[in-house]
Amino acid sequence: MTQPDNFGFGEEAALLKDSARKFLADNFTTDKLHRMVASDHRPERISACAWDRDLWQQMVRLGWTSLAIPESAGGLGMPLAAVAGLVEELGRAAFPCPLLGSLNATYVLTACGNDGEAALTEIAEGMTATLAITNAEGSWDLADTGVDSTSGQLNGTAYFVQDARKVDRLLVSARTTKGLSLYWVATDAEGVTIRPDAIVDLTRDQAHVIFENVQAQAVSNNGVAALSHAMPAIWTLLAADITGAAEWQLQATVEYAGTRQQFEHPLGFFQAVKHPLVDVMVLIDQCKSLVYNAACAFDTEPKRVAQFAHMAKASASECAAFASSRSVQSHGGIGFTWECFIHLYFKRQKHSQLLWGDAAWHRAQLANILIGTAA
Amino acid sequence: MSESARQDSPEQAEFRDYCRQWLASNKPKEPSVRLPLSPLEIMTEEQLSYLQGWQKSAYDAGLVGCDYPVAVGGGGRTDCQRVANDEMIAARTPFMPNVIGLGMAAPTVFHHAQEALKERLLPRLFSGQEIWCQGFSEPGAGSDLASVQTFAERKGDRWVINGHKVWTSLAHFADWMILLVRTDRSHKYDGLSYFVVPIRAALGQGVTVQPLIKITGETGFNEVIFENLEVDDGYRLDELGKGWQVAMTTLLHERGAGELQTPRSGGMKSKATHSSNTANLIELARCTSRNGKPAADDPLIRDRIMQLVIREAGLGQNQRRARVSALQDHPARLLLQNKLLASEIAQAIGATAMEVEGASASLYLGDDNAPAGGQWPMAYMNSYGMTIAAGTSEVQRNILGERVLGLAKSK
Repeated sequence: MTQPDNFGFGEEAALLKDSARKFLADNFTTDKLHRMVASDHRPERISACAWDRDLWQQMVRLGWTSLAIPESAGGLGMPLAAVAGLVEELGRAAFPCPLLGSLNATYVLTACGNDGEAALTEIAEGMTATLAITNAEGSWDLADTGVDSTSGQLNGTAYFVQDARKVDRLLVSARTTKGLSLYWVATDAEGVTIRPDAIVDLTRDQAHVIFENVQAQAVSNNGVAALSHAMPAIWTLLAADITGAAEWQLQATVEYAGTRQQFEHPLGFFQAVKHPLVDVMVLIDQCKSLVYNAACAFDTEPKRVAQFAHMAKASASECAAFASSRSVQSHGGIGFTWECFIHLYFKRQKHSQLLWGDAAWHRAQLANILIGTAA
Repeated sequence: MSESARQDSPEQAEFRDYCRQWLASNKPKEPSVRLPLSPLEIMTEEQLSYLQGWQKSAYDAGLVGCDYPVAVGGGGRTDCQRVANDEMIAARTPFMPNVIGLGMAAPTVFHHAQEALKERLLPRLFSGQEIWCQGFSEPGAGSDLASVQTFAERKGDRWVINGHKVWTSLAHFADWMILLVRTDRSHKYDGLSYFVVPIRAALGQGVTVQPLIKITGETGFNEVIFENLEVDDGYRLDELGKGWQVAMTTLLHERGAGELQTPRSGGMKSKATHSSNTANLIELARCTSRNGKPAADDPLIRDRIMQLVIREAGLGQNQRRARVSALQDHPARLLLQNKLLASEIAQAIGATAMEVEGASASLYLGDDNAPAGGQWPMAYMNSYGMTIAAGTSEVQRNILGERVLGLAKSK
């Protein structure tokens, strides 16, 4: 199969992206974000999980959580390229919500075949979800998990669960005698305890989730296969989020470099400031182009999707790190303070940089594909 | 982007079939002469005439100038040059020698010359029968191009030109030159005008071409000295004082950001042909032993190569995304990055290749033990031509910062 020249990013996708951008710009300013999530500055704070549920409900009514769900399960069945466009805009706004988690669960459940269909229908009806598939050391190996399953009962702990306190359902990976299975578990089920982590990023919440004799229904008994199929979409969407957030960082920094005067010139006059900002732009564009290429491959060229998605997330992790670094540095003293909004994105990007594989890990996977495994 | 990743219009699909068929039976045989790395390193008449022969046959077959109107010697097609380019590159044809003519002079003449002049110049430019060179840079005007001092003084309906141009690739073979000169010393930008000049006809009669030797030891570019050269006013492009605007058309195309696709052909290898891409770099790493194991097994080398693979793929996808307006916020943002990225990526690939080669990277073309015939150190050195020519990388970053990001103009 060949990829369409326009990444499969058609009129419908363009409309969705534009309307999302407008909706967020109209309803959710960075000032509002700061007031909502940054009221407690103490380094010892426990994440408050403050978010705008009313606005989120409007997004759900707009159909954003069911975009990726196949039409057969009550969703809109839109291509990943279109979904990436929406996520890019959400990243630009850094809107705290369980959209990425719900989309991630959607791609995994879709890969589960018939057994995932009931869970997909729940998402289509407005339920939110997130992945609980990571062990205590944060391994990116899909076969690793901190949860065991014995005759349908889950015991153990899932770590680094994103937006756990915002969701209704967990998609849990657990070790069985035969391998790895996936389970669909309600966050309020008996035996499930959500323990919030105290994290740096103010725009997300994260938790470890303890399972004690939790009764659960398996949605897949071949968990590694289902996760492997979905991970390229998950990497690509996180990379899209990073792209949007990095563009916000760039534009905010460019604006500051245009107004702040030193030595009788705006900061942007000086090439020591200007050229690194151009390099941020170059990295954003590389990342964005690779995101839509990977998304289009997920939709049309499955043979090469892993390769392209590793490129996208490796690029995104570099982009997140560099855009964040330059945004604070170019703001100078004010950029180092809590009152300057730059820190919100700085922290979100550092979180994203290391989530679902950092740049070096993705490049190592890419090398295995392009060069072959080293002897 | 390879052609396999695109969908063709009906015209493109039909033309693609035609190109494939034609190339299958008409691709030239391996030359008896050594082919240079690029058209800018053509050193001998034998190399030139072999390559001119190829360009002429490709033009006669309709694979060059595809998107220009028929009246000026073009093919009258729509967005078909890139189809021909895909196919010529896939067929590993030789490159075309008239690279400055095709890439820079043709779009400039097309956009700014009078109709009769276009009809006279473009067909022989496309066919490669007349080779073109570019007279922009001067000893005192490099990155600050608008400070050129070569002066054209009016004498009735003729102009008398005096001055000194440098870094002039292909001047020793060229019939024509695109020339940026000063016609008014009181205005920096508005005092510039733009000419096409028949330099071969004037050799020894107002024009002197002297070779410059590059960092690699190759020749290929020159300095050109004008002493009271008389040129007809009919060879002026656009209005008097509009030279800077005309030069922008040239530079836009030189930097790969122009509207008209440049004919591209290439891939044929002779003993010393070489291309700085990551496929070749990976091949090199596989063939190179490092502490008793293939360099391609070294995790640090693998990581370095993958960084380059990602940058190279990113550039390819930028070029694809540049045609999808819904995925861009600024129309020139991607196009203006082309030259900067292509040159810096090629340079980084060359540098990495030398590190992969290790001690053997010390061996040059004359050494039988040199890996890949000594091409990697040569390519690495040549890459500085790309990061310096057509506006240095530093100038490119100023342009991007100012025109795209809207930052204050630097001095």
